[in-house]
Amino acid sequence: MLKDDKRRELLDKFMRQHGYDDSALLEILHKAQELYGYLDNESLMYVAQSLNLPPSHVYGVATFYSFFKLKAPGEHVVTGCLGTACYVKGVEQIMQAVEREFNIKRGESTTDGKLSLFVTRCIGACAMAPSVVIDGEVIGKATPEVVLTRIKSLLGGVKVETR
Amino acid sequence: MKLGDLQKIAEHEVDFERAYKHRINVCCSSGCVPFGAFDVLKAFQEAVQEFGVEKECKVARTGCVGTCAVGPAVVIEPGDYLYQSVTPDKVRQIVRDHIVLGLPVKDMLYQNEAFFKKQHRLVLRNAGKIDPTRIQDYIAAGGYAALVKCLATMTPQGVIYEVATSGLRGRGGAGFPTGQKWGLVARTHNTPKYIVANLDEGDPGVFANRTLAEADPHAILEGMLVAAYAIGAEKGYLYIRAEYPLAIETLQKAIAQARAMSLLGDNVLETGFKFDVELRFGAGAFVAGEETAILASVEGRRAMPRPRPPYPANSGLWGKPTLIQNVETLANIPLIVLNGGSWFSKIGTARCTGTKCFSLTGKINNPGLIEVPMGITLREVVFDVGGGVPDGRKFKAVLVGGPSGGCLPETLLELPIDYESLAHVGAIMGSGGIVVIDDHSCMVDTAKFFTDFCVDESCGKCTPCRAGLVKIKEVFESVIRGEGKLEDLATLEKSSVYIRDASLCGLGQTAPNPVITTLRYFKDEYVKHIVDKTCPAGKCFKNGKEADTQ
Repeated sequence: MLKDDKRRELLDKFMRQHGYDDSALLEILHKAQELYGYLDNESLMYVAQSLNLPPSHVYGVATFYSFFKLKAPGEHVVTGCLGTACYVKGVEQIMQAVEREFNIKRGESTTDGKLSLFVTRCIGACAMAPSVVIDGEVIGKATPEVVLTRIKSLLGGVKVETR
Repeated sequence: MKLGDLQKIAEHEVDFERAYKHRINVCCSSGCVPFGAFDVLKAFQEAVQEFGVEKECKVARTGCVGTCAVGPAVVIEPGDYLYQSVTPDKVRQIVRDHIVLGLPVKDMLYQNEAFFKKQHRLVLRNAGKIDPTRIQDYIAAGGYAALVKCLATMTPQGVIYEVATSGLRGRGGAGFPTGQKWGLVARTHNTPKYIVANLDEGDPGVFANRTLAEADPHAILEGMLVAAYAIGAEKGYLYIRAEYPLAIETLQKAIAQARAMSLLGDNVLETGFKFDVELRFGAGAFVAGEETAILASVEGRRAMPRPRPPYPANSGLWGKPTLIQNVETLANIPLIVLNGGSWFSKIGTARCTGTKCFSLTGKINNPGLIEVPMGITLREVVFDVGGGVPDGRKFKAVLVGGPSGGCLPETLLELPIDYESLAHVGAIMGSGGIVVIDDHSCMVDTAKFFTDFCVDESCGKCTPCRAGLVKIKEVFESVIRGEGKLEDLATLEKSSVYIRDASLCGLGQTAPNPVITTLRYFKDEYVKHIVDKTCPAGKCFKNGKEADTQ
């Protein structure tokens, strides 16, 4: 059962606004992910009960769409764009550099939970390919050096300006 | 608000604009924001105060002008001076020289007329010109006049007649005649009826629809309103990718403003016409762009397609008649209503009227968002508008239509861009992605990249797509490992044809296109990989491993 706190209150409010309508399931899962950072079994179960849906249906939807995360992401999240334009412009080299440097594979987090590395299929920033998203900020025309420097400074706790 | 009030708002807004001598338009679209567009906007607001010209100079946030590679872009009117790569520290100089002294800063201007020369902006008519967060800007530019014309003077049948006359075809990729589609839904007696506007731009390498929503959200809403009036729908859903936060924010604002002015709601402009729009968020599923899959997703289920018939026009959302339309198609509608179908039918080619927006990316000098008339050749797009391949490299292929499109070689560059010509050579219009690749890229690797994408995105419902694509992927992996045999080429070809012919939905039917086209036009590269164990582009076999291809 989800802990009765501010986040659950907001989730309840959001579901109420949608009239507990099961057709708004995707919106509600988006909201839950926004509030909790990811979707664990408890929150999926809670949504299923609130909307009067079978848990299997909610779980099926949550696992079908790649945007929903079922595992807790790390403190900092790096997402490489694997859209065609980024691929042609060499995002793969950046991904490999990050994987080597932090001993991490795409889709995983470091053991200390500090860093997660994900890939996404196109964020639509193709004219500035290759693009990498670091903690929600899009880095256009990225290079391995820029991305590594940025991540290192984040992990070190200091933020530096990079373009 | 009543019908006649729009005219007053427009006039008031035009008068208000006239008080300004200059207008500084700062592009705050997703292409420019990561390069500091909002900082530039703020710097301009401060600089006009500093020089005391805030009364004669309006600083506005606008959408995309198309030159995404040299952002942030700033346009100063009158004269349409386009400044490129503007940073906050350049702003004072621009305001001082251009606005105060009247001397445009030549070395900061975008000097590339070829990029704009062959473009024809209909859908993007307001992009970069109006503030997308102000409905008054859209109204002053003639917005919602088409809705007023429909409500005041046209019958629903009359609207459908104009759309049919225009020859407009669905811009989502399949190219079904729009007027015909509307007629089908309008003639169904089952109610309520729904509209789904598709902004689930799932193709990697495409951002045209997002840019449209960020630059001119009301054009989409007005298109939905006119369509609703024509077919008799009361509710519309706008399905947008969750990966597009700025576009979502812009649309949310636009919907709220339209509701406040009673352009959406239970009694639109006090005429008794009822229509409202709700946003629905996608969640990263390429297959959700397919028309029956998008319906499942809007209903809150997994985006899995179902067999047709019944077609959505008869049985769509919750079994009710539903019109599904790409947002680019919808943005054309206000122009067709205002100027007439026969005006529109003269643009483009006889079978393919109007224009098409493309995201032009990859190894090209002028990447960005373009809108060109149908029938323009690929060569004109790549070399005239796009400025050709940079760094002295050689053009190798152009990928048209995303991961389910085709890879076309130089010999096909004279091909006119329209639905039939592209289909004839194995590509598709898709949602408008053109990615140029040079001799650095390996065609085998490119085909494998697209196959990997489709393997990931296959929903798993039908066997040819689910199992067939995995089979193709395995063949690619063995070729790239250096274990390929010449028979593999026949396997690839045969499997591709099976998948194309036997899959349930558009994803499976088009997924083998990159494999089929690379086999057709770049077979020598496959042979070199298999026989000589070499990669002409030097991409595969690095260190004996799949260095660049994982």
